[in-house]
Amino acid sequence: MHPPALWDWESGQRVILASMERPENVAWLEEYHISPDGERVAVLASLEEGGFTALVNGEAWENPFEKAWCPRFSPDGRFTAIVQQDGMWTLAVDGEAWEESFDFMWSTQFAPEGEAIAACIQSGGEYGLCIDGVTWETLYENASQCVLSADGKASAAVVQLAQLKPADIEAFKKGVYGVAVNGQSWDANFMNCWTPAFDAKGEHVAAQVRLNLYDYSIAVDGKTWNEIYGCVWEPRFNPATGKVVAPVRLNGRWGLAQDGQIIWEPRFGQCWQQIFSPDGKNIAAIVAPDFGKFTVAVNGKAWGVTFPVVTDLVICREGATVAALGCVDNADWQVLVNGRAWAGVWDMAWKPVISQVGGHVAAKVSKGKRQTIVVDGRAFAREFDQVFDPTFSPDGKKLLIRGIDKGSVVRIVADVAQA
Amino acid sequence: MGIADRLIEDVGLRGGVSKLTPEQIQKTVNAVISGETGAKLKAYAETCMRCGLCAQACHFSQSHPDDPSYTPAAKVQATMGVLLKTGGKVSPEFIYGMAQLAYTECNLCRRCVHYCPIGIDTGYIMSTVRRICHKLGVTPQYIQDTAHSHSATFNQMWVKDDEWTDTLMWQEDEAREEFPGLRIPLDKEGADIYYSVIAPEPKFRTQLIYQAAAIMHAAGVDWTMPSEPGWDNSDMCMFTGDFEMMGRLKRKHFESAQKLKVKRIVMGECGHAFRSVYDMGNRWVAWKMYPVPVIHSIEFFWELMKQGKIKLAKKYPGPVTVHDPCNVVRGRGHHEKLRELVRFLVDGPIIETASNREHNICCTAGGGVINCGPPFKNVRLDGSKAKAEELRATGVKTIVAPCHNCHGGLEDTVHRYKLDMHIKFLGDIIYECMEKPS
Ligand code: SF4
Ligand code: SF4
Repeated sequence: MHPPALWDWESGQRVILASMERPENVAWLEEYHISPDGERVAVLASLEEGGFTALVNGEAWENPFEKAWCPRFSPDGRFTAIVQQDGMWTLAVDGEAWEESFDFMWSTQFAPEGEAIAACIQSGGEYGLCIDGVTWETLYENASQCVLSADGKASAAVVQLAQLKPADIEAFKKGVYGVAVNGQSWDANFMNCWTPAFDAKGEHVAAQVRLNLYDYSIAVDGKTWNEIYGCVWEPRFNPATGKVVAPVRLNGRWGLAQDGQIIWEPRFGQCWQQIFSPDGKNIAAIVAPDFGKFTVAVNGKAWGVTFPVVTDLVICREGATVAALGCVDNADWQVLVNGRAWAGVWDMAWKPVISQVGGHVAAKVSKGKRQTIVVDGRAFAREFDQVFDPTFSPDGKKLLIRGIDKGSVVRIVADVAQA
Repeated sequence: MGIADRLIEDVGLRGGVSKLTPEQIQKTVNAVISGETGAKLKAYAETCMRCGLCAQACHFSQSHPDDPSYTPAAKVQATMGVLLKTGGKVSPEFIYGMAQLAYTECNLCRRCVHYCPIGIDTGYIMSTVRRICHKLGVTPQYIQDTAHSHSATFNQMWVKDDEWTDTLMWQEDEAREEFPGLRIPLDKEGADIYYSVIAPEPKFRTQLIYQAAAIMHAAGVDWTMPSEPGWDNSDMCMFTGDFEMMGRLKRKHFESAQKLKVKRIVMGECGHAFRSVYDMGNRWVAWKMYPVPVIHSIEFFWELMKQGKIKLAKKYPGPVTVHDPCNVVRGRGHHEKLRELVRFLVDGPIIETASNREHNICCTAGGGVINCGPPFKNVRLDGSKAKAEELRATGVKTIVAPCHNCHGGLEDTVHRYKLDMHIKFLGDIIYECMEKPS
């Protein structure tokens, strides 16, 4: 683990990579990625003589691969890519490939609070997950929508439990989908399952299920709620109580249900992406009080400000700060905090981040070809060709800004009060 | 004649009807009519003056001139008209015929709206009839299978997650032989363009992905394709009447683009998907318009042409005729852009079909009709006689049709009516004629 508490929070700027020029043996460079702590910048490179490597802070991985894609940094700063060697695919972590390889691999996942790395795999026409190089014992006809528990010790995916003959609509209606947890499928099958999600401890899994063409519900560890709805969206566990909350549709309107009981009356034209404050006491969700008008509701109460589209909802530890983005035509973006829209209007905005202490909010934004960070409503003094999402220091006093400008990659620690 | 005289066996319709009871039918019919439709529906069904003007509008009635049961007004009367008159007290066998008619004898093309003096929207009424059929579980087998695929994989052809990305990589590899350095950039955050397609492209028509990549490369477009579900913009659930799944598909599609923070979605040459993204699917979700602008390929290529980003090494030999896909022409008004683009690409005139632009005749594949599969192929091709005659009258060899469904339908029509014509996507012509950077 490499938590933010251990990062360099000394105010000032450091150049992480002084030259972004393409080395001579490289045919082209792909997109740049930067580690969460801002210390490492990496890019996949296609080599003139064929094959791919990664350049991390300008240094090539020791061995090239036939192909490389899906470049991602883990939360603790390891650079990963899905790579091909001898026609087979595996994951390379800081240039080291896992021993096992597969016919195909995709969708790299990281445990939010652990070190585990997982990816979906297909091997000989069978599907499952591979976690830190270890594959599920049971593989399936298909597996998708994979997730890891917070600590990375458990994994789940929607799996297809039986083969379907072409256009066999009756077999489909009998239900050939389920959820597999650590490779073991639930003792239940459904017409469809979507978006499995773990509880905070990684012990329980909830998913959306479709029981027949019309009836939707939520299943937890394979057991379906008694209630049936016209539609549902992603269930989430309350991190403190372990109760399951999901958006549900009744008589054409959306609300929230908890363990099958309505907790937000279905009165919205839409309601989704609910999140909890980590203390479990507050729920926020994106809602549409009226057709075409979206906003955020906190504990069932909708904000007054509405936009045609609202995205990227976040909530802070004790729920005192809730932030999201609103936009018109995917062009005029504003940051929304606690029911108010910040004045700045941007061509694009990225998911806001909230400090763990102090309730500060920051977000990456862009206008024209330039990008910057807005902090508590003010734009940072400097613009960049490209900037990455900002991070607050654990005490909420500093802000880490990682950017690319004028051909170099910089890491800036700014004082929030002066940013 | 009426639908009862021309019933066709279909596993989906028969299986669905076999489970129905009269009580369930009545309950479902009334639940949909009172819960999901407005005054519009009743007004439509009640104000029809039987003037017969719509008979000239519909290619099904044009193709069956001696059988009035194919006119829009008759189709409404034989389905929704009966449901409203009887309060839903109809037999399972009636539902069989109603479903067959609604799914296979109406393309939801909305040509008839323009002919009706009081603006009766038969396409909307047939959509509502289909919604009732979906709720009753009476849908043709093949289109239902497509809807199942959508629900399980978020694409219409059971393409698995690995098959999708593998296909993109394969097309990228092939294209690199011709264009060194070409990329199909996957999951590129912040790209100007998110390029979305429909599942037949990775499944059968991979050359379209190749061609799109070549055009993007030559034009220097900042673009991306997603590596995970959401990439298929199509929506057969909209046509089966499974609106809940339609909304789910649109959410997935748009969230996939929103996650990548792209500016616009460009969709390949598909018509019906456009109806789903800007009219039906987005609205079910409660978005008034699409949350990320969606540009149809006609408009995108037209923009590239206007910006001088498509450079031609040669022109495509004309003359040609243009087929206007209903959903992007009658639905969106892209007919003049389409012609400007074709004039730019083709050496020779456009010979118009007698019905053109917003008055075009449907290819007879649209509205999910072709997706109802082999059992109904002859219904479809009998209904495309009027289209075939208009095409034949142009005397040209090439039909430009910027829509997948139209392609499939017109290919069958050309074959059945021995038209000796071939059909081109815009992408086919641009790729063939453009200057190819090396
Ligand atoms: S096929 Fe088109 S013209 Fe004919 S009834 Fe249906 S919507 Fe009207
Ligand atoms: S044109 Fe309109 S009013 Fe006349 S018969 Fe057709 S639907 Fe009825």
